[in-house]
Order: sequence, then structure tokens, then C-alpha cells
Amino acid sequence: MKKTYLSQKIAFSFLFLATLLVVVPVGLIVVIIVEKGVSAITWQFLADIPRQGMRAGGIFPAIVGTIYLVVGAIIFALPIGLLAAVYLSEYAKDNFLSRMIKLAIVNLAGVPSVVYGLFGLALFVVFFRFGTSILSGSLTLGIMILPIIIATSREALESVPYLFREVSRSLSASKWQTIRHIVLPNALPGILTGTILGLGRAAGETAPILFTVAAFYLPQLPKSIFDQAMALPYHLYVISTQVPNVDEKIRYGTALVLLTLVLFMNLVAILIRYRFRKKKSW
Amino acid sequence: MRKFKEFIIEKLILICGLTSILFVALIFVFLLKEGLAVFKAVTPVEFLFGRSWYPISEPPQLGILPLILGSLLVTLGATVISVPIGTACAIYIAEITPLKIKEVLKAGIELLAAIPSVVLGFIGMVTLVPWVKNIFHVPTGLTALSGSVILAFMAMPTIVSIAEDALYSVPKSYKEGALALGATHWQSIYRVILPAASSGILAAVMLGIGRVIGETMAVMMITGNAALIPQSFLQPVRTLTATIAAEMGEAVVGSEHYFALFAIGIVLFVLSFIINVTADLFLHKRNVQ
Repeated sequence: MKKTYLSQKIAFSFLFLATLLVVVPVGLIVVIIVEKGVSAITWQFLADIPRQGMRAGGIFPAIVGTIYLVVGAIIFALPIGLLAAVYLSEYAKDNFLSRMIKLAIVNLAGVPSVVYGLFGLALFVVFFRFGTSILSGSLTLGIMILPIIIATSREALESVPYLFREVSRSLSASKWQTIRHIVLPNALPGILTGTILGLGRAAGETAPILFTVAAFYLPQLPKSIFDQAMALPYHLYVISTQVPNVDEKIRYGTALVLLTLVLFMNLVAILIRYRFRKKKSW
Repeated sequence: MRKFKEFIIEKLILICGLTSILFVALIFVFLLKEGLAVFKAVTPVEFLFGRSWYPISEPPQLGILPLILGSLLVTLGATVISVPIGTACAIYIAEITPLKIKEVLKAGIELLAAIPSVVLGFIGMVTLVPWVKNIFHVPTGLTALSGSVILAFMAMPTIVSIAEDALYSVPKSYKEGALALGATHWQSIYRVILPAASSGILAAVMLGIGRVIGETMAVMMITGNAALIPQSFLQPVRTLTATIAAEMGEAVVGSEHYFALFAIGIVLFVLSFIINVTADLFLHKRNVQ
């Protein structure tokens, strides 16, 4: 009897150790980047253009580029993704078509990010002749985050109790009115969570923008959606592998800005979900 | 009028519902359109099993076997590291930890999943790569091993969250039954709950592997990118994804090199398609039970 409890103790300590191995490095990564990067963060670093072949100056154009790309991606992906989620949760019957749609979403979520880059290059840059531009990059990122938005929105819509719909319909509201005035407002926090997660993902991805929008070095701000732009993740890649002798401080500073941006969005999403779950009375 | 408006909206919703099928099809069609042209220059067998990748020599040599083996080696290493740790972590979170800590741990794992791959690559470059170099006394720390370790961290969030889901959704009565028969908590976990959740865990592992094979930036930054057939974990390797990312910038649109990179894209797309469909089947099987 003692032996079985001993083996349980040993097993549980190994499980605990494994959990530490997963969670502690997350903390370590954040601590290292904050510790070494925080001294680089000055007003000048955030608001100036890169100078001396990116070895000095700031990262302003990269920040602006990333914001443009992310906003562009969400403008494209949110309406389509939300309506797709409405279709799956409110209209789709359990038939061949809806199974195909779900399978397609699973596959979209699994396509390697660099393949999205190739696709964006072939379709938007070459075929539609948008060129290497913010437009091409945003559309590519938009398609990439579509599965995230569909999956989270659908979950949010489906968690609205069926009873709500029945009551609304029994008051002679039409199906669309019910969705518009009852289901969507109640699912809003979940949809918001998905949107923010999508934003975070789009802000951090590099491979899809490599050949569709990213400029190696562009010391001015883009003027239209047909211009190239710098972007934070690509800039970090460039200054850590392509340009020799960049001051470590600048690398860590860039990593810190990118990490802060992405983790902040994820934290907000987690908090919204957590508060909503607590408040939900059904 | 209201009926008409509603009709339009419902059609619009249907169209949006179909977009994901449309995009998967478009991706496949455009990869084929640009990639199949490479087979005018090489046969599919030469392409897949050719041992040398010199795309800009004259004539170009377009064999991707070294790249396939590079991807496989890095993936194997990452799987060996991430599957036991990830599964153990999932068990801990699903079965052992109290609810309050569970929320925090899950949030931590979500944050790990959110760290951009280029940031992980950067951290790998400045910490892991020098360590590997010093510990194993190799000429460069940019090796398959370094890539495997970083990739393991990218696979773990996927494995943990899906496996945790699978474990958590095993009916509570299974566990209660085992405990009532006098099994300890641990016995009920590995004799009852683990087998009951096995297909979900398998799906988790497959999706983790899918994530690793498709990962690009971190791998490109820390595996050294030597397109040679790898002999050991302590050598630089080059993966399929890194090859596309590193070379597409220089490939001339319409050249054989350009077509070959798209053909690599087809290989990756087909691989990820197979992995995702199979994983989905396993997940579905669990739901049916």
C-alpha cells in the first residue's frame, strides 16, 4: 500500500516538473528581454527613423508599418470571419457542406505561415498586380487570421443559450433580427476576444509578409496602401541576422516593443474572457 | 421589403461561410499553378530525392532531399522533447492542480503560444546557440539541436492545450469508478483517464508536429541553414520552410528557382493537409464516443 502512494508521489512530482519546464521559460524569456531591452526604450527610439544602416536611431517606421498591416488585416478578416461564424452557428445544418467548411477551417489554421507568404506572393503581388504593398500584406495576414476569428466567434455565438433565440422568435422577430439584436450582442465579448487574438497573431508573424510587403529599410512612412512598409517582426529579423554589428541594445529594444505589443493584446483578450465568464449569469 | 433585405443578408452570410473553402482551394490552385512548372526542368523523383540543392548554379540542381531530411530531423528532435513534457504538463493541469492555479497556468501557456516566432528565434540566438556551442564544443551553435529545442517550445502550447481538453472531457464517472475500486489518484490517471483520452492526445501530438514542420522564422534564425544531408543533431541543417523564406527574396519571378520554391510550398501544404485532416479525425472519434 505504501508503495503505491510512493509511486503516486514520484509521478506527481514529475508531472509538476514538466509543468515548470513549460511555464518557467515563458517567464524567463520575458524577463531577459525586459531586462536587457528596457534601457533602449526612449522617446527617440520609438519616434525616430532608423539611422546609420539601422545601427542607430529608432524604429518608428516599423511600428507604424505593423499597425497599418494589422488594421488592414482585421478590416478584411473580421466581417468575413464573423459572418462565417454566424453561418456555422446559426444557419448550417449538419450536412456534407458544413463538414467541408469545418475541415477547410481546420486546414487554413494549419497551413504553414510561409506557405501563406507564397500564396500572397502568387495571388496578390503577381496575379492581381498589387505589387509588394501594404494591401498585399494585409490581405495575406487577413486570410491567415481568418480561422482564429471564425473559431472564437463561433464558440461565442454557440455559448448564447438556445432559449434566448426561442424567446425572440416567439415574439415574432425574424431569424436575422434575432441574430442581430439578441445573439450578437450577447456574444460580443467572445467575438472581441477573438478579434484581439487575431490582431496579436497578425502583429507577430513574419513569414507571410516577407515577400508581400516587408521593406528591408525604408526611412519614411508609407503614403498609400500600394507602398511597401517596414514591420516590427521583420525588422527584428533583419537587425539580428542580416545586418552585422548592430548594438545589442537596439535588438533587445526592438524585441521588447514587439513582445509587449503582442503579449499586451493577448493579456487583454484573456482578461476580457475571464471577466465575461465570471459575469455570465446563465 | 424586409423579407428581401433578409434574403440578401442570408445569402451574404452563406457566401462568407463558404470563403474558407474558397481560400483553401485558392491556396492549393496558386501553389500548383506556380509550382508544377518546375517539373519541366526536373522529374518529380529527382526533385524529391535529389541529393543536392544548388538552385542558382548553372544548370540549377533542384533536389530537396537534404531539406526534407533537415525538416524531419528538427521535427523529430522537437517531438522527442515536447511530447512527454507537453503531455505531462497537460495531465498536471487537467487532473492535479487546483482550479485557481489552473487558470493561471493556462494563461501562461497561452502567452507562450503568443510569443512571435521571430522573438523566440532571437532569444534562441542570444542564449541557446552559445550554450550549445560551449557545451558540445562544436564549431557553431547553429545546429539542428538548437532548432529542435526552440521548436519544442512552439509545439508545447498546442500539445498542452489540446491534450488538456481531451483529458478534461473524459467523463468524471470513469475516474470516480476507478477511485471507488480502490485505485490511487495516479493509478486512475494512467490506467483509466489516459487510455480514455488517447485519441485526443494523439491528435494533440499530431497538431504539435504540424506546427513544428510549418514553423519558419525561428528555425531559419538558429539552425544554420546548410543545405546538406544532415549526419547528426550537432550540425547545421536547413529546413523546407527556411529555404522558401530565405531564397524567395532573391528568386526571379518565373525562373526555375522560383518554381522550385513553390513546389516546396506544395510539399508543405500537402503535409500539413494530411496532418490536420488525420488529427481532426482523431478529435472527431473522441466526440463520437
